[in-house]
Amino acid sequence: MSFNIENYFSDLTTANTILYYKGNVDSDVINHVLDTVEDKMVEVKEQSKLRKKVYNVLVESLQNLYHHVDKVPGDFDDQTCERFGLLVVKKVSDGYRIITGNFVHVENIEKLEEKIKRINRSSHEEIKELYKFILNHQRISAKGGGGLGLVDIARKTGNKLEYTFKAYNSHYSFFYLDILVNE
Amino acid sequence: MEPIIIEGTAKTPTVKFDSAEGVFEIKGRSIPENSVEFYKPLVDWLDTYKESPLTKTVVNIRLEYFNTSSSKCILDVFKKLEAIHKAKNEVEVNWYYEEDDEDMLEAGEDYESIIRVPFKMIEIVE
Repeated sequence: MSFNIENYFSDLTTANTILYYKGNVDSDVINHVLDTVEDKMVEVKEQSKLRKKVYNVLVESLQNLYHHVDKVPGDFDDQTCERFGLLVVKKVSDGYRIITGNFVHVENIEKLEEKIKRINRSSHEEIKELYKFILNHQRISAKGGGGLGLVDIARKTGNKLEYTFKAYNSHYSFFYLDILVNE
Repeated sequence: MEPIIIEGTAKTPTVKFDSAEGVFEIKGRSIPENSVEFYKPLVDWLDTYKESPLTKTVVNIRLEYFNTSSSKCILDVFKKLEAIHKAKNEVEVNWYYEEDDEDMLEAGEDYESIIRVPFKMIEIVE
């Protein structure tokens, strides 16, 4: 293995991490993650506005993994997962950070990065228009995604999408998406 | 026409489409991974209803959450309603949102700007 995919997270064991998951992202896992995070937010009496935003962003992040992840590299130590993903949900001072990680085949990097850059250079109003345009003009893809997940995340959070690609080998990179949902 | 009655689950909404009353309701959470599978029967049903609709159809959308994949399917539902409206029948959409949920209000406004059917935005005050 060229690098440890978990090294990106220096403080996974701190109390701020409310959920950490690494493995296959299927429908049951998604249900479980959503229930766990929702319960924790209710437990700490989080404002319903922030709670809803976090829930929405979490749904889209997990379903992005579900619909779009590339298969794992042949030399990766876990070959059992059909959809390998990594998820961290952390409490930060004014909200939550949702970080996802997944393998991306080198052929797909440019397209994904272009999409993120386009979103990040758009104003809130432009993102809203982009959302409506895609909603009205693009069909649901063969993979089952609507092509709206990242746009929706940017729209609901009002924050830039922070991301990194770390080269895993000559065919794959590991993609980290770091989303801040704050009040 | 047989009505559609579907009980809600953690990921799919409660649906009541009653052709005798002309009142259609979608309520709860709509966040399934495969939204087309859930919504296709509803869209097909509306296709049939559209052939001989009541003079007035009322649609109540009261969603707590919906994912982006459902958002396209909900648009398909609205497009059927638009066709009914275009054929000179009265159609009214009531879009409910909780008082602090601006995102849900905006989502309703998105549809209102795309679909030519009268929308009423209704705030739910707890």
